[in-house]
Amino acid sequence: MNRIWRHAAVAALGLSLAACGRAGTDRATTVGFAQIGSESGWRAAETKLAISAAQARGITLKVADGQQRQENQIKAIRSFIAQGVGAIFLAPVVSTGWDDVLAEAKAAKIPVVLLDRQITTQDPSLFLTAVAADNVHEGQVAGEWLVGKVGAKPCRVVELQGTVGSTLVADRKKGFDQAIAKTPDIKIVRTQSGEFTRAKGKEVMEGFIKAENAAGICAVYAHNDDMMIGAIQAMKAAGLKPGTEILTVSIDGVPDIFKAMADGEANATVELAPDMAARGFDVLAAYQKDGKAPPKFVQTPSKLYLPDTAAAEYARRKDLY
Amino acid sequence: MIASRNLPLLATLLVFVVGYALCVAQFPTMLSPRVLGDLLTDNAVLGVLAVGMAFVVISGGIDLSVGAVMGLTTVFVAVAVTRLGLHPLVAFALALMLGAAFGALVGAVIHYLQAPAFIVTLTAMFMARGLSFLLTTQAVPIDHPLYAKLMSLSLQLPGGGGLGIVALIMLLTFLAGGILLHATRFGAEVFAIGGDRRAAALMGAPVARATVLTYALSSFMAALAGVVMSLYTRAGYPLTGVGVELDAIAAVVIGGALLSGGVGTMFGALLGVLIQGLILSYINFDGTLSSWWTKIVIGALLFAFIGLQKALLTLPSLRSQTP
Repeated sequence: MNRIWRHAAVAALGLSLAACGRAGTDRATTVGFAQIGSESGWRAAETKLAISAAQARGITLKVADGQQRQENQIKAIRSFIAQGVGAIFLAPVVSTGWDDVLAEAKAAKIPVVLLDRQITTQDPSLFLTAVAADNVHEGQVAGEWLVGKVGAKPCRVVELQGTVGSTLVADRKKGFDQAIAKTPDIKIVRTQSGEFTRAKGKEVMEGFIKAENAAGICAVYAHNDDMMIGAIQAMKAAGLKPGTEILTVSIDGVPDIFKAMADGEANATVELAPDMAARGFDVLAAYQKDGKAPPKFVQTPSKLYLPDTAAAEYARRKDLY
Repeated sequence: MIASRNLPLLATLLVFVVGYALCVAQFPTMLSPRVLGDLLTDNAVLGVLAVGMAFVVISGGIDLSVGAVMGLTTVFVAVAVTRLGLHPLVAFALALMLGAAFGALVGAVIHYLQAPAFIVTLTAMFMARGLSFLLTTQAVPIDHPLYAKLMSLSLQLPGGGGLGIVALIMLLTFLAGGILLHATRFGAEVFAIGGDRRAAALMGAPVARATVLTYALSSFMAALAGVVMSLYTRAGYPLTGVGVELDAIAAVVIGGALLSGGVGTMFGALLGVLIQGLILSYINFDGTLSSWWTKIVIGALLFAFIGLQKALLTLPSLRSQTP
């Protein structure tokens, strides 16, 4: 009898030790973040907020800048696995081609949280959850603002698309198209890729102005603020008045667009909240606490900002970016 | 006695060994078989490209089209498998043949029109990249059972990790490339053309054939890199491999090849690829450095190697002038 009790006690101790051990190693004290790159102000802010959110939680964050190349991001994930990090955050540059490397992470029991973008895969168990905005919804918010602003008047819209091939671009386009579909007089007359950059946005807008004779353009829809800032420069250089003669609406909510709105050169932006990593840490902490898998999609809000609050919003953000 | 022409290669070897030792000193896990396996697997695409680029650079030329040809191949394979329903192996074979034919055309233009390789391959780059966007602007996932089967093949290394199929393809490519470059008549012709084109022609080397074959080989390797990339990511994406041609050139030059042609080794090119991979691995392990340090370090290394080569070329002639 005595012996049985002793065995039971040892077994219990062993179990609790094992449990402690598990809790000790499973806690994400080190998180690897495979970031796309630093192509835009928004992306830089996301990285910066990720680092500060990690610091606030006592987490060591390893950031790998993928320089827009999937190979680099896969390399980074592999090296995170080799280092035995507690969790991996991935902002995928392209939606396909992650199955093999994420299967390796899964085999190593490292949870993967997708930030800001989704992936295409047959096996949703490869990632814990995706913290992202609904990009179709963003496009809708932008489109609905334009419909509300223009009303029943005819409006020829030019569109600056992001980098061709990403789901983000397809979704932001789709949402906007849906929103303006109800008003046949508002239509997109020209669309071209500005590759998410200011320089290219400016260049493409210059082309639009030449092709449409300036007076033919009623509004510009840009898939991100950076391209819109380039487009605003192009419009000003052509002697047009963006914000009054030509309406602008773009997505992201970077400081410079708030500055442009405060100066009366832009009309609206739909914010893509850059604090995705902080939400990712919260989801991860909850998961590690009770072991309950979160939903596969954690949607971040897409809020519309207008010139009335622009000056205050600019002051709040300018140090963040 | 070490021949002075082997010095750049030895310097490269030294850089790699010392670099790896420094990395391991700071992060002991970098010596694990898993990290070694990852280093080969994750740099397989660049490695395959570097094999073809080594031939081109040693022949005194340059090929800027390889990244675009690689991207086009991933898209071609993806479209052929998913939309046309071709078997992946058929798609691979077609892609490799088309790649070689494309390169042969490029080589023929360079030789017969006596056009600078830089411009001709730049043109080829634009055309290949444009063509891949014509096929699709989206990333096209491939979910053929053969892909899963091929990717599950791997040589398990002791202590976790393994050499996947893509790493094996790269190592075999280097082996075959090394034999072709250093032990065959074609290889000797490539060295001869790179050393002195006119002298090679006067001595009866088939310059036209060798030039066409060199570029065909380079494009073939680019297509093979595309196949490897398509296995690696199980998708075709028209933006794949933007700028990777410059990494391949850097790898070959760091590996001891002269951009003016006539000098270089296949082993050096492999080292050049691994050094680039090592730098990125270190940066990923560190986790606080900007990944762009890779480019800065590669730039500094290139500069150092060009300086070393220049010194090796000019010092002997200086010595012979001063009795």
